[in-house]
Amino acid sequence: MDFSIALILTQDGIVNGAVYVLLALALVLVFTVTRIIFIPQGEFVAFAALTLAMLENGRFPGTVWLVLAGGLAVCAMEARALVARHDWHYRVQVLGWNLAYPLVLWALAATIDWREAGQWGRIAFTLALIVPLGPMMFRVFFQPIASAPVLVLLIVAVAVHVALVGLGLWMFGAEGYRTLPLWDENFLVGPLRIPGQAVWVLGASLALIVLLAQFFSRTIYGKALRATAVNRNGARLMGISPNLAGRLTLMLAAAIGAVSGILVSPITTIYYDTGFLIGLKGFVAAIIGGLAAYPAAAAGALLVGLLESFSSFWASAYKEVIVFTLIIPVLFWRSLRTHHVEEEEE
Amino acid sequence: MERKKRIILGLALALGWTLAQAQVKVGVTVSATGPAASLGIPEKNTVEMLPKEMAGQKIEYIVLDDASDTTTAVNNTRKFITEDKVDLVMGSSITPNALAMIDVVAEAKVPMISFAAGDRVISPVDEKRRWVFKTPQSDKMMTEAIVEHMAANGVKTVGFIGFSDAYGESWYQSFSEAIAAKGLQMVVNERYNRTDTSVTGQVLKIIGAKPDAVLIAGSGTPAALPQKTLKERGYSGKIYQTHGVVNPDFLRVCGRDCEGTFLPSSPVVVAPQLPDGHPAKAAGVEYFQLYESKYGKGSVTQFGSYVWDAGKLLAAALPEALAKAKPGTPEFRAALRDAIEHLKEVPAANGVYSMSPTDHLGLDHRARVMLRIEGGQWKYIP
Repeated sequence: MDFSIALILTQDGIVNGAVYVLLALALVLVFTVTRIIFIPQGEFVAFAALTLAMLENGRFPGTVWLVLAGGLAVCAMEARALVARHDWHYRVQVLGWNLAYPLVLWALAATIDWREAGQWGRIAFTLALIVPLGPMMFRVFFQPIASAPVLVLLIVAVAVHVALVGLGLWMFGAEGYRTLPLWDENFLVGPLRIPGQAVWVLGASLALIVLLAQFFSRTIYGKALRATAVNRNGARLMGISPNLAGRLTLMLAAAIGAVSGILVSPITTIYYDTGFLIGLKGFVAAIIGGLAAYPAAAAGALLVGLLESFSSFWASAYKEVIVFTLIIPVLFWRSLRTHHVEEEEE
Repeated sequence: MERKKRIILGLALALGWTLAQAQVKVGVTVSATGPAASLGIPEKNTVEMLPKEMAGQKIEYIVLDDASDTTTAVNNTRKFITEDKVDLVMGSSITPNALAMIDVVAEAKVPMISFAAGDRVISPVDEKRRWVFKTPQSDKMMTEAIVEHMAANGVKTVGFIGFSDAYGESWYQSFSEAIAAKGLQMVVNERYNRTDTSVTGQVLKIIGAKPDAVLIAGSGTPAALPQKTLKERGYSGKIYQTHGVVNPDFLRVCGRDCEGTFLPSSPVVVAPQLPDGHPAKAAGVEYFQLYESKYGKGSVTQFGSYVWDAGKLLAAALPEALAKAKPGTPEFRAALRDAIEHLKEVPAANGVYSMSPTDHLGLDHRARVMLRIEGGQWKYIP
């Protein structure tokens, strides 16, 4: 191994790591606010990438049906409240977002030839399709059991993940897709050949992190989420609805997942079940951060990316083993260093 | 009067029963969902195209999906045997499933034709595997085709990158044996995962070892990643893929980076391009056109043709078995097994099948061709 190979591997590790950073941040965010260990996070990545690929190939994306079905499920669950509460603002809001909005998406998907719409148009439409899946998922699966123990939430999260992978196979088929790169140019820096898409991945990841930091420190919604993460009951007493916090969190998680999927899909082939493994690596990183600390999770994600890249050079057959074994010393170290206080169940 | 009525009723019931029994029942389990779905879906499509009548007998196909899962495949097989009382079991798509089904069919003495490629499904032919046949070419035949082509084109050193699972490992075994026999040298051996997002590390190591040719042992679209990375990093030697990539999705994902790649394949994929004298041409073209007319241009894969050929074997063996016993009886199932084993020179889409008590695959060198990817198409190289 010489210096140039080490450089190329580092570059590869950092680009992969950047995606794991985003996923690790989403996992930490969801866990701190809602206590859900959010296994289906990876599905947003795969679904966004594959939806974009479907649009590029001029095929009707199956995720439209998913949004329609999700919207109908939410309406069904809200049906009683819709009849009982004589609050027109609430009615318009629920029906608008869960019935009218999916129908508009469906009409757009059916009428427009997305091959002609340009890459940015397709990306915007993909985000419009994937992001609402987050809040819908929270409303349908997690809101009814929001105060259940962490283990119950985890089991439901696993069930949702398994169901979504099955739906993914049905919607997109078994074979993988790649999407067009945003920037089809290469830069030569010494021995390194940096593809434009890698620049995009790093830039967009950084931008998203800055944006999230601003959101949490400056906006009222961001502060509400932080308050919920610090103390759920306290936040509730201050008038922060835990349901709103949950929906908002899963919307952010879906958005982060969708952006990650759109960023990586030109670099690698995405399959209906790719999301799980990417999500799992983000999870390893989040564990390094103790599922609570953002900077540690981000550093962990970069470590996972680099470890993966270097172990694929030295011992490719054991790459996954090496990456996932990392979790054992980390847990050991954390159990020695931190005094874990069991959280009181409500 | 009452008695007469009863006799008539009894006769009618008996007649109805024999009529119901007179048709040949075939239980088919395929992996139409789960990781092996890209194999199982064309197989399921092909079952729908199989003839509904052979040798004057109605054939009833009962198709179940085993979701690429071994336990489900075994349960499906048990259901075929105990509930549906089938005369023949077909499936499953992948080797682990087929291996697990052997015990079940051998115990019930029902013949089985597998669509799984693994050699262990049929060899060695022992007390249990007596009942099992298969239609896909063995990996060994395909490996030999690759190594022959390498040796003939001046390749001296080779690199290998394969899936880090049983598929990659079994290819590595048969490939390293085959190149040793031809005097080639393996200089680098790497592994990657089906869902990996990057193989830069492995590819850098391969390029560092400077092999004349690289074999990528993957299947379907995941086999495109090493090839794209090799091209991206400027590898200029020959690249070989296995017959596991022969589907239109692989060409779509790999695009320009796959031009000039060599691979072995079943002749059915290029059936219309075969020279007229080729023994697999007639059956191959028949299947090719039928499948394309139903599922669209460029949709033919070899996976579906394994089912088609299982149908050919059944059609060829049926007259001999029917002469000995009635469908639905244990005697018929035993006779059907013997009849399949007696088949000689049956032309089918994948080649010519000649079974024997020691060979339950029965294919020879006529069952494989070498292809080259040109202009995003499979091209037959004579």
